Amino acid sequence: MNPTLHAILVFLQTWWVELTSGVVIVAVVPLVAGYVVLVERKLMADMQARLGPMRVGPHGLLQPIADAVKLLIKEDIIPDEADRLIFWLAPVISMTAALTSMGAIAFGPSFQVARDINIGILFVLGVSSLGFLGIILGGWASNSHYSIMGALRSTAQLVSYETAGGLAIIAGLLLSGTLSISGIVAAQEKYHVWFIFLAPVAAFIYLVASIAETNRAPFDLPEAESELVAGYMTEYSGFRWALYFLGEYANMIVVGSIATTLFLGGWLRPFPNVHWLNWLDFLPALIIALIGVYSIYRAGKQPVMVQTGFMWAVALACFAVALIFAMPWFVGTLKFVIPGLNGAFWFLLKVSAYIYVFMWLRFTLPRYRFDQLMHLGWYILIPLAIVNVFAVGVAMLLESNGVNRWLALILTTLVTLVFAILLVRWHDRRTESASTASLAPDSYAG
Amino acid sequence: MQDDALQDNSTLLGADELILNMGPQHPSTHGVLRVKLKLDGERVRGTECVIGYLHRGVEKIAENRTYQQVAPYVDRMDYVAAISNGLGYCEAVEKLLNVEAPPRARVIRTILTELQRIASHLVWLGTHALDIGALTPLFYCMREREEILKIFEKYCGARLTTHAFRIGGLQYEAYDGFEKEVERFCLDFERRIQEYVDLLTGNSIWIGRTRNVGVLNAADCIALGASGPILRAAGVKWDLRKAQPYAAYDQYKFEIPVGTNGDTYDRYMVRIEEMRQSRLICLQAIEKIPEGAIMGKVGKVIKPPAGEVYHSIEAPKGILGYYIVSDASTQPYRVRIRPPSFINLQALDKMVRGHLVADVVAIIGTLDIVLGEVDR
Amino acid sequence: MLDSILFYFFGGVAVIGAALMVTRRNAIHSAVFLITTLLATAGIFLQLGAEFLFIAQIILYVGGIMVLFIFVIMLVRLDVALHHIRFRMKSLVVTIVIAVLGAEAGAIIYYARKLPGQGLFIQNMAPASNLTPNSEKLAQSLFTNYLLPFEIASVLLLVAMVGAVVMAKNKKRTEDS
Repeated sequence: MNPTLHAILVFLQTWWVELTSGVVIVAVVPLVAGYVVLVERKLMADMQARLGPMRVGPHGLLQPIADAVKLLIKEDIIPDEADRLIFWLAPVISMTAALTSMGAIAFGPSFQVARDINIGILFVLGVSSLGFLGIILGGWASNSHYSIMGALRSTAQLVSYETAGGLAIIAGLLLSGTLSISGIVAAQEKYHVWFIFLAPVAAFIYLVASIAETNRAPFDLPEAESELVAGYMTEYSGFRWALYFLGEYANMIVVGSIATTLFLGGWLRPFPNVHWLNWLDFLPALIIALIGVYSIYRAGKQPVMVQTGFMWAVALACFAVALIFAMPWFVGTLKFVIPGLNGAFWFLLKVSAYIYVFMWLRFTLPRYRFDQLMHLGWYILIPLAIVNVFAVGVAMLLESNGVNRWLALILTTLVTLVFAILLVRWHDRRTESASTASLAPDSYAG
Repeated sequence: MQDDALQDNSTLLGADELILNMGPQHPSTHGVLRVKLKLDGERVRGTECVIGYLHRGVEKIAENRTYQQVAPYVDRMDYVAAISNGLGYCEAVEKLLNVEAPPRARVIRTILTELQRIASHLVWLGTHALDIGALTPLFYCMREREEILKIFEKYCGARLTTHAFRIGGLQYEAYDGFEKEVERFCLDFERRIQEYVDLLTGNSIWIGRTRNVGVLNAADCIALGASGPILRAAGVKWDLRKAQPYAAYDQYKFEIPVGTNGDTYDRYMVRIEEMRQSRLICLQAIEKIPEGAIMGKVGKVIKPPAGEVYHSIEAPKGILGYYIVSDASTQPYRVRIRPPSFINLQALDKMVRGHLVADVVAIIGTLDIVLGEVDR
Repeated sequence: MLDSILFYFFGGVAVIGAALMVTRRNAIHSAVFLITTLLATAGIFLQLGAEFLFIAQIILYVGGIMVLFIFVIMLVRLDVALHHIRFRMKSLVVTIVIAVLGAEAGAIIYYARKLPGQGLFIQNMAPASNLTPNSEKLAQSLFTNYLLPFEIASVLLLVAMVGAVVMAKNKKRTEDS
């Protein structure tokens, strides 16, 4: 055989898992991100007493495709004085950073692109922080004073909250003792409990920091439409804007994956070591089958034939997926697939729950003003995160000296919470006294 | 155009000063309003509003129309609260004619005007919350407003620019089930107000964005002529419904909510409480709508004696006044409208100084201006 | 085989990036090409098995220092600054530097070609067990053998941070922070 061809075949044989995962990430994740947008719109509509996209495809299911096609065929407008290379490059950097950082995330026990890289979490954090470059360069390339200011503000926000998020992650790393993703999940399995119960303050800090990291409400001032100073995305239209937008949603998935791995147990099912709960292993197939049954139940209540047909199609799809989940139990040769498949299900479920919380907060809370945002990040979150690292460290020290792990962690969590309450109270009193001092007394009032 | 207002503040450190132009097309200026901000870094040092983009010449048109023909025009000024505009105008002309609308007409007018006040405040609440970033209250407010607009549509055929009242009384009788529908709305509405309060009032982000933002104390309000919720939030208990009662307001018991600080948060609280009080007025009114005629003694041709009249009412946005001069013909000689939004907008400069750019949007929202009224 | 392909790829990108960086007129373009060079260097680190160094390069160098560079380039008006620079001896300095660097590179190539093992001192490859797990080994030596330099470096960083905040705050003391 031709030696080059042989070399290529050997290469493919050794690396086919990584290559396929890479291709899957680049091809599938933007599509998934598009559907996350649809889910957000439907969810937003549900919380706002309306229906959301309904026209394009049944229940709006083809909406992301329609949006993608529209954005692709839009005229490519480049501002006159803009720097062409940077204008082209910035959205690409943003999207690439988000997609590359997905490479180290493990959806299941052996579902990774980078085969359990030694520095797993750090890789994800570091590469996703390359996305900041996309924002800065995007603001610069638009050649508008306000875009640059908006980009700088956005970057300042991201950097501040990344510090707090990193410190919160350290608490989880202290508990697990290793940076590698499978190591962290294995530690949670060893401890029989998810880290969110062992280090709840860290999990909460990471939740807030990750919302700010992805520029979501209530921290979305840099990209709010009703604010004055234009954001870094203003001059981008068409598919360039779509790249930014998809990069943001891909970032949401990345951040959700980090939180799931560190705090929510990764791909472990709830109560992974409790043997009498082993029937939970059947839950994935069961849940999806139940959704199918519910679809059939709703199919009878639809007003129009098309809707009924759609509901039946959904039910059939659910049953097919449930079958895929259930089959390895019955077919002996496929049993090795079980942990991976189930693990992927639980992982995706947890990431979806995390993203649901993101969306829920976006629709409920108003927006922080920029100085309030920075105040929250630097004056409250970072001190709290530092104290939390101390606390978890002290807890680990106590544990190594013989104190019960749960006792040590609960004590230190309480201390951290007391500190948090005092900190917030102190700041409230400071801002109150600063502002009431500026209101002049007034004789007409009353 | 004068730039005096913008030039008497020197900037610190000789930093570059920016003049930032906001509008006329802007999602948050509630209409076609152009605001020129003089910025020093992030702080606003002064503003200048450029208005007139929606000027349609209502006052000039009114000089060439009969008194009844002017009535639909005034709906289009504050198009969010058309019924109030109509009430003010009809009562002004009735004053000129020295005619009183019959009691039944007055009570139905009150009910509709109070429903309109609720609808106007709902629009304000939804858009103001949207400007500050809360996406959801807008849809909840629109959902409630739908019910009110359905009542209007059943009553007079239009939802927005209603032309519900006529000079001398009403044209349309209250439809069957009017009281029932209003009662059903009012009973349901308390729960809804509680929803908005739950979402916003205790929310620390909301408080952080609105407390001590856009403070306008009572002395400044009176000096600038600001009226309505802005005046009441500053602590001055002045409401024309109590001070100079018109329509049927003297028959009902209601409170005037008053604030303390005169900041955006107080204006928000005042308007929420006003919605509650309007609801109470409606409930009291529908218990006892007097029977009788709905139209007073006004002929087909309205030719008031020569003279002038000024009549003002408490519109949702503030004190709405009509100054009508008659020269004993069928067309008024001059109709001058005192638009509350126009006068309240003048307070923008004072309220915005020293705040950050992001607050400008919140402050414009809290003034509750409608450009149709500012420009006429 | 895969190793050499990857190495030549990363090396090529690094060299081309560096070449483009020094030849661009636009400062931001230079910064972007410097970023590609740094990323390629990080890739070489990864290939050598130094995972922590790879991610440290990306987080600190690209994500921190290059972002700082780009901020400075954006906020300083370079065309104005360039007008004030009157450096007449540009060509002379460049010639000297190129001559020195060229001589060094030539010496390296000449001596390395002589005989393998002679000429330049070649470092022995570290045993594989020394490398993994990467971050743990690094942390162990930082906190045991190199504790004093580590602490001094942290104090230095703290001093720099505090100094930067104080200087920035002083300038804006009359404004609001």
